[in-house]
Amino acid sequence: MSTAVNNIPSQFELADQPLDSEMTLSMGPQHPSTHGVLRLDLRLDGELVVKAIPDIGYLHTGMEKLFEYKKYQQGIVITDRMDYLNPLGNNLVYVMAAEKLLGLEIPERAQVVRVLMCELQRIASHMVWLGTSALDLGAMSVFFFCFRQREKILNLIEAASGGRMTPSYFRIGGLMMDLPAGFERRVKQFSEGFPEALNTFDTLATGNTIWQSRTQGVGIIDREEAINWGLTGPCLRGSGVELDLRKHNPYSGYETYDFDIPTEPDGDVWSRYKVRMRELYESHKIVRQALERLKPGPIKADAPKVVLPDRDDMRKHMDSLIHHFLIVAEGFNVPEGEVYHAIEASKGELGVYMKSNGGPKPDRVHFRGPSFVNLSALPVMSEGEMVADVVAIIGSLDIVLGEIDR
Amino acid sequence: MSEKLHGFVQQLKEENSGWIVDVIDSFGEVTLVVPRESIVDVCWSLKTRHGFDMLADLCGADRGPEEEPRFEVNYHLFSTEHYSRLRLKVLLSEDEPKVPTVTTIWKTADWHERETYDLFGVVFDGHPDLRRILLPSDFDGHALRKDYPLRGYEPYSMN
Amino acid sequence: MGLENAIFESLPDVVTVKLDAVVNWARKSSLWPATFGLACCAIEMMNTVSARNDLSRFGAETFRASPRQADVMIVSGRVSRKMAPVLRRIYDQMPEPKWVISMGACATSGGVFDNYAIVQGVDKIVPVDIYVPGCPPRPEMLVHAIMMLQDKIMGESVNDRRDTYHPESRVSVVPGTLPVTEGTALERETKIEVAQNEVSRPYSIPSRHERRKSS
Repeated sequence: MSTAVNNIPSQFELADQPLDSEMTLSMGPQHPSTHGVLRLDLRLDGELVVKAIPDIGYLHTGMEKLFEYKKYQQGIVITDRMDYLNPLGNNLVYVMAAEKLLGLEIPERAQVVRVLMCELQRIASHMVWLGTSALDLGAMSVFFFCFRQREKILNLIEAASGGRMTPSYFRIGGLMMDLPAGFERRVKQFSEGFPEALNTFDTLATGNTIWQSRTQGVGIIDREEAINWGLTGPCLRGSGVELDLRKHNPYSGYETYDFDIPTEPDGDVWSRYKVRMRELYESHKIVRQALERLKPGPIKADAPKVVLPDRDDMRKHMDSLIHHFLIVAEGFNVPEGEVYHAIEASKGELGVYMKSNGGPKPDRVHFRGPSFVNLSALPVMSEGEMVADVVAIIGSLDIVLGEIDR
Repeated sequence: MSEKLHGFVQQLKEENSGWIVDVIDSFGEVTLVVPRESIVDVCWSLKTRHGFDMLADLCGADRGPEEEPRFEVNYHLFSTEHYSRLRLKVLLSEDEPKVPTVTTIWKTADWHERETYDLFGVVFDGHPDLRRILLPSDFDGHALRKDYPLRGYEPYSMN
Repeated sequence: MGLENAIFESLPDVVTVKLDAVVNWARKSSLWPATFGLACCAIEMMNTVSARNDLSRFGAETFRASPRQADVMIVSGRVSRKMAPVLRRIYDQMPEPKWVISMGACATSGGVFDNYAIVQGVDKIVPVDIYVPGCPPRPEMLVHAIMMLQDKIMGESVNDRRDTYHPESRVSVVPGTLPVTEGTALERETKIEVAQNEVSRPYSIPSRHERRKSS
């Protein structure tokens, strides 16, 4: 017995300590409500959580190391797999950091398409959040309704980029290709039906007494603590801080769109839920505005040494063919320097620190995942709550382990 | 934006001239190179007097084994009052990759510092719980160092 | 309704069939997958269950959170080296008969992540029945994989998995150790000695330090 106990892999040591007045419960890494492979060490006093220690790294993919071995344009593919609920947001922040280093000007149409696609992706991401967090609290049918809406958005993304979940649609200097014919009509169709779906969600969850009693007053984090722990996105706005990088550090022309920043003062699970639900309306508003602004025009920056030429040009012009070959075979040199660029992803501030040494491959790429930081505040929110409420709190943080572990 | 940031830099220099070794202004971002000993003081001053109340990000970087100083630690500060960003940079030599922790100022630094320790081997003095965070506790080496091979040291095997 | 009546009228009271055919038919018609979501593919796996693709048409929609109640493990996503022992442990906790579907390029071969952190193919840890390509595979492909697995089950023999009914193969286990029971008779014959020697840690990744010590 004793030798066996000594040989336990270290990550299970806590769970195998003898029972005392406090019990240690190892929750995860294979657990349906941890949204992936998160593991929590919960010290329990009966049903109450005395201490919660998140244990991450079960999905560590070594992406940041891999970026250093890939050319700049190859790195876009890796970003898709990081926050896999919001891949277009990851594409955007990565290409914008590279564009900042290169000093590229992005044409108007590409900017509008970026905003349009990012907001669609934000809706899709929030759909997964609502579906899974409701599923964790026992409301199964919400999940089906949410995934039905999400499927419509995935079809749109697939029509534009060819991939459902890993689009790699934004490229350094613009877009991969222009929107397909009839895309606007399809988005319009979706946006016309979406308010009705939102009403359905409100009926299913917001007005539901069980839902309210499971979420109200649970997992409170106040304003100062939230800033101190570096929370961003809906988690921070749920604590009453009005901060949205789309308004306050605007990018891609977000400052010209008309939308509000929803905030709730209470800082509990219910507040974060309401913030995200109101954000769905705001995103819907931006989608409709972006649709109106879609005008024909170039979708790639005027930088032949960085941006891949059109197929037609390659057939007609020799230098286009040469540029294409050089970009694909050797990549392009990026000026030496370092930038930090942050956008408002669906989960919060998604930042990228990119350092270039002047060559075709980055020297260092670091992603500041909003889930990573939001999850680090989980102990503050969950200590003193019931075990069952921890599930509600994790759901309200909307974490994605792919982004936490990278 | 940039003028406002230079105002902060000027005020910091007036507070203590030894705090800032170098100011780099590139790509619309301001970087302050800070000596290792005074990073906590600079952060405290920026947080309490200049409104940089959020630590957006903290990350390490390796310049390569032949460079001296080899490691850098970047602190990306953000303000929820005036929405500006500032980067602090601490340079560390390979022989002594140690820097005081800023967990006393921002609690969010906890996981960021653990990650930097895990992947670069930079030790944060005074950190309450400096363990590996992403890699298993018996992992050998620090994965993001330039001299660590991409595929690791050993091929994966069952036995 | 009408169908049962028709069958009862036209068939005799006793039907003789091969045991394999009946048992396999029962097994394939109610596959219970374990919810083993790892990464991107897990979202597509959830999509497979939800409204559009509706996996329940093929009798495999009952996802179980506990491996003790599951037949199929769908390894959906990249397996990191930290996750590998956990995955093996969950596989060992599943009762026989059990099958594994390796979903996506990462689980099958490491995918684009050929680096220090990712296991280059989950078949280095558990025996895999069906590989699904794609990054991530579309839900239709997962449905197809499950149908292929059902075909495979129909071709199996009950004999293949009989050895797990031996009492000694149920020997498990001090808390924290992994049960030694796994695989078919052939696998057991080849592995039993290794397992006895390393009963406390049948699966581990030795660190570089340990390797140097042992060599």
